[in-house]
Amino acid sequence: MVKNILVVEKILSANDRIAAENREIFNAAGVKAFNFMASPGAGKTSLIEQTIMRLLPSMKLAVIDGDIATNIDADRAQAAGAYAVQINTGGECHLDAVMINSALKQMNLRRIDAIIIENVGNLVCPASFQLGSHKSVLVASVPEGDDKPYKYPTMYRGVDALVINKIDLLPYVPFDMDYFRKGVEILNPDLVAFPLSCKTGEGLESWIEWLSDIIKR
Amino acid sequence: MHELSVTESILEISLRHANQANAKRITNLYLVIGQLASIVDDSVQFYWDIISEGTLAKGSVLHFRRLPATLSCLECNHQYNPGNDGFSCPNCKSDRIKVISGEEFFLEAIDIET
Repeated sequence: MVKNILVVEKILSANDRIAAENREIFNAAGVKAFNFMASPGAGKTSLIEQTIMRLLPSMKLAVIDGDIATNIDADRAQAAGAYAVQINTGGECHLDAVMINSALKQMNLRRIDAIIIENVGNLVCPASFQLGSHKSVLVASVPEGDDKPYKYPTMYRGVDALVINKIDLLPYVPFDMDYFRKGVEILNPDLVAFPLSCKTGEGLESWIEWLSDIIKR
Repeated sequence: MHELSVTESILEISLRHANQANAKRITNLYLVIGQLASIVDDSVQFYWDIISEGTLAKGSVLHFRRLPATLSCLECNHQYNPGNDGFSCPNCKSDRIKVISGEEFFLEAIDIET
């Protein structure tokens, strides 16, 4: 007999369920979690290093680093003073809630104030997978070009904060900040943005202020 | 791209519902994809034929229904379905818009044989 069954189930519902579970783990431990997304080379790891150094010793951070291969990023976060766990996705283009869930099982969350999850460098796939974090942060950078909001709308639409890194390079590369900001405005009108340079330190203060305000909440 | 993990989720959901209904075979699957969801139909179909092999869903056909996006203009409150050439408000040309819908991605129904 042929039958039609109504399903109506979100394809990523399994991931969303685990993401909700992760959120409960964070909340129960009193830990704020941030999902850092960016293209490769935008400066996620540099921003994390600068953030750790500026928040220590008043706030203790842990970092979950997602990469296709190597421990380079977790080593850098550890060297900057954070507790770091590396996830090698073995080819997957994004972190998903299950990977975070198993990383959390290896971590002692007491004594940690915040977790920064460094997603795989990619402006497409990470946007589709909830991890359970409280805030998503997109790290853009000047040399990537001012057309990125127009080309990767899903990523720009879904984030809570935008860092514009490498502003020290503005005099040397063609990057029209107004055009860039207009693209962002279209997709995410009230997005809070932090133009800064991890190299010179310019602009880092207001970013740190925003982040610590959320961690203290 | 992550179409493989997406396709695995479709298989997991459809097999679970088919087993609950004591199905012998899944013949058709009806997927709904919003205009703004970045899913490539052809890629999902490609993986589907490989991973459904040896399951109740072997040989089944995927049907994709695209839902248009609905946007709302933050300046004049006009609601509209954008084309593919830009999201600006057709009424007042503003670029300040809010996405009402268009990011859906779900399995609506399946056809089974019992």
